[in-house]
Amino acid sequence: MNPLLAQVEIRERTQDTCVSDNGFCPGWIADNFDRYVDPFLQHVLLTVVAVAIGFLIAFSLAVVAYRRRWLINPVTQVTGVLYTIPSIAAFFLLLPLTGRGFLTATIALVAYVLLIIFRNVLTGLDNVPDETKDAGRGMGLTDRQLLWRVEVPLALPEIMAGLRIAVTTTVGLATLAFFAGAGGLGEQIFADINFKSNVVAAGGLAVALAAALDGLILLAQRAITPWTRATAAR
Amino acid sequence: MDESNGRAMNDFFDAVDFIFSERESPAGGARVGGLAKMWELTWEHLQLSGVSIAIACAIAIPLGLWLGHTGRGGFIAINASNVGRAVPSLALIAFFVAYIGVGFTNLTLALVLLAIPPILTNAYTGVRQVDRDTVDSARGMGMTGAQVVRRVELPLALPLIFGGIRISAVNVVATATIAPLAGVVTLGDPIINVNTYGDEGRLAAALVVALLAVVTELALGAVQRAVTPRGLKLEGGGRWRRLALGIPHNRREAPT
Amino acid sequence: MRRHRWLILLGLLVAALAVAGCGGDDDDDGGNGAADTTSGQSSSQIQKNDKNSSTKLTIGSKNFTEQKLLGEIYAQALAAAGYDVSTELNLGDEKTALKALEGSDISAYPEYTGTALLSFFGYTADKLPSDEGEAFDLAKQGFAKKNLTALPPTPFVSSNEVAVTKETADKLGLKKISDLEGKSQDLTLYGSPECRQRLDCLLGLEKVYGLKFKKFVPVDIALRHEVLKKGQADVSIVFTTDPQNKREGFVLLEDDKGMFPPYNSTLVVRNDVIQKAGSDLAKTVALVNKDLTDEVMQELNARVDIDKSTPQDVAGQYLKETGLTAG
Repeated sequence: MNPLLAQVEIRERTQDTCVSDNGFCPGWIADNFDRYVDPFLQHVLLTVVAVAIGFLIAFSLAVVAYRRRWLINPVTQVTGVLYTIPSIAAFFLLLPLTGRGFLTATIALVAYVLLIIFRNVLTGLDNVPDETKDAGRGMGLTDRQLLWRVEVPLALPEIMAGLRIAVTTTVGLATLAFFAGAGGLGEQIFADINFKSNVVAAGGLAVALAAALDGLILLAQRAITPWTRATAAR
Repeated sequence: MDESNGRAMNDFFDAVDFIFSERESPAGGARVGGLAKMWELTWEHLQLSGVSIAIACAIAIPLGLWLGHTGRGGFIAINASNVGRAVPSLALIAFFVAYIGVGFTNLTLALVLLAIPPILTNAYTGVRQVDRDTVDSARGMGMTGAQVVRRVELPLALPLIFGGIRISAVNVVATATIAPLAGVVTLGDPIINVNTYGDEGRLAAALVVALLAVVTELALGAVQRAVTPRGLKLEGGGRWRRLALGIPHNRREAPT
Repeated sequence: MRRHRWLILLGLLVAALAVAGCGGDDDDDGGNGAADTTSGQSSSQIQKNDKNSSTKLTIGSKNFTEQKLLGEIYAQALAAAGYDVSTELNLGDEKTALKALEGSDISAYPEYTGTALLSFFGYTADKLPSDEGEAFDLAKQGFAKKNLTALPPTPFVSSNEVAVTKETADKLGLKKISDLEGKSQDLTLYGSPECRQRLDCLLGLEKVYGLKFKKFVPVDIALRHEVLKKGQADVSIVFTTDPQNKREGFVLLEDDKGMFPPYNSTLVVRNDVIQKAGSDLAKTVALVNKDLTDEVMQELNARVDIDKSTPQDVAGQYLKETGLTAG
């Protein structure tokens, strides 16, 4: 027998410590925090990319549908179906087409936010008072100038509200992204589902991320639209 | 491009075939697929979802009605949805598994927690947005508080309440897909444990789950429309539908 | 003036993307740095051979602690020998791992001789060898037909076992698996999802022992002890190298009808990889295997499962403590 083998100390592990008992151990979380950094960053990337792309698409659709009203119904139906399909199902429905990985996860996440943003942008634009629009036209603004200089800015609170919902729900859905092979905090939760510290740390980070992004957008909203008293019906 | 699309089509055909014909599992030893077995999974899925939503309604609707009627606790009621939205379903389930364990009961608890916020918020908002004059005249006619709730506020709040139920139901049906992680064998089993069912089984389950979610949405949407008084329906558009979708609106000083 | 608002929004978005983009890539577990070959070495230390750096190896593993440990140990050892190593651990169950191996997604992964015989090569319980050496030879032959090479196995055996809590064993008088006859129909069995199809799991219990359980609940393999401990499972399937068995006082029922084959771990490698990698591959693996006894494997499992260290760290510790890599 290899004499060096003795160096691997075989320890009795019959005592209960916080960690060995799968408990909630703040000390352990603090010491091992670096385990959560990479999954956290993956999660942020997934969320931000999906919401950004979803916003671009849905915003454009809403602006177009705002003028061409006949588009509203079909777009709502389609994005509504995409919204209703559970994301896990979506990951695997996409699997034959786009395989496993970041792309599949992103497509499914983007599909989910389209309805939310579309509705909110449209509602925001619809809520612009007629008098304001008339005044704008009276000043000689073209349709396009009216849109970008008057209607969209006035619709911003509504738009930002939709963005906030989109972001918080996407953070939640992105925890399932590991089913599509895209990593994220969900993978970390799943790595040791018995260990309370792990579940609370990874889950807590997800909730914190959602709250932080929500707050960030709220701050941005206040910065960009100072004329409204943002007593948003939160 | 054509080749991969052709393969994808084949995959979908195989999946549909899986739903209808039973076969030996890929590694042998178990029978999978076929209408009977798919129904077993679907039924467990429906049971789990149904029980969770029922319990959530039993808790959230009375609470929301009461808070809305008395005007108290508005902050909590309205923000319940926002907080609930920020908690990922997987984290909630993992939390329950870590602290309580696996099983139907434990999982139902988690799903009930998941389902309460939209229903609570909508029940509260539904009562709050009932025209104050209507409530006052009801009281003027001598109705007690409870009667006002039952005969005036509740019926007028029904569309929003069902909107909340609709949102929760779709959420719960979607989340029940990961129930196998907590030891409950729903339609998520072929998706999570693909080796027992094969790739076509996984795709088949994904199709059925998607279908189930859409049907739930449509069915409850129809119920919601059915309970909407004609007047509200004609008013149409943005505000109440947005509320029903759970999308908060900005109470600006609207000129209208 | 108006542009300000859009710039702020844009800036925030860009900032968020930048932060996320910095760390969002999937990390490749590349293993430890190369071993120092000039410090006072014993003959058992892994020597770095620069000729190996042109060979890319991807080490895979199945989805439980022992597998992830073995994957990391082999990966780090081979990296110390100079190979260009990456890992794809936590693939899934044995079928998923084999598919990945045959499809060249990975170059090698550690499989158990018994699992291979039952799940891959169709041996039934009556044809199972009880001798470890024989089990390995048969498995090796089976793998050879798939153009895969099974390298010489580890000393440790990690067998599937039927476990109950001490209370249950005392209450029902259980010592052997056949003691469950007549009692199993009132008991629930919890096992991994693939247990339903495995002859060394639920299928075998039904066929070899004729047991019918009240209910079988598939749960993730990581939960195999918790469900027993929390009282949800009456019976669970565990591994003999699990440190939790002794800790929780579980009773492992004796396999009196010989349902379980020997389970030594053997690294299964693709033939084309073996040829390209040269003799250092087998040599390094043999060096690693030498000290993987039952006790050592259990200790390593404990460091991950109970002390909550990562498989990567514990693998590194193993290699250092046995002198395979320089401390």
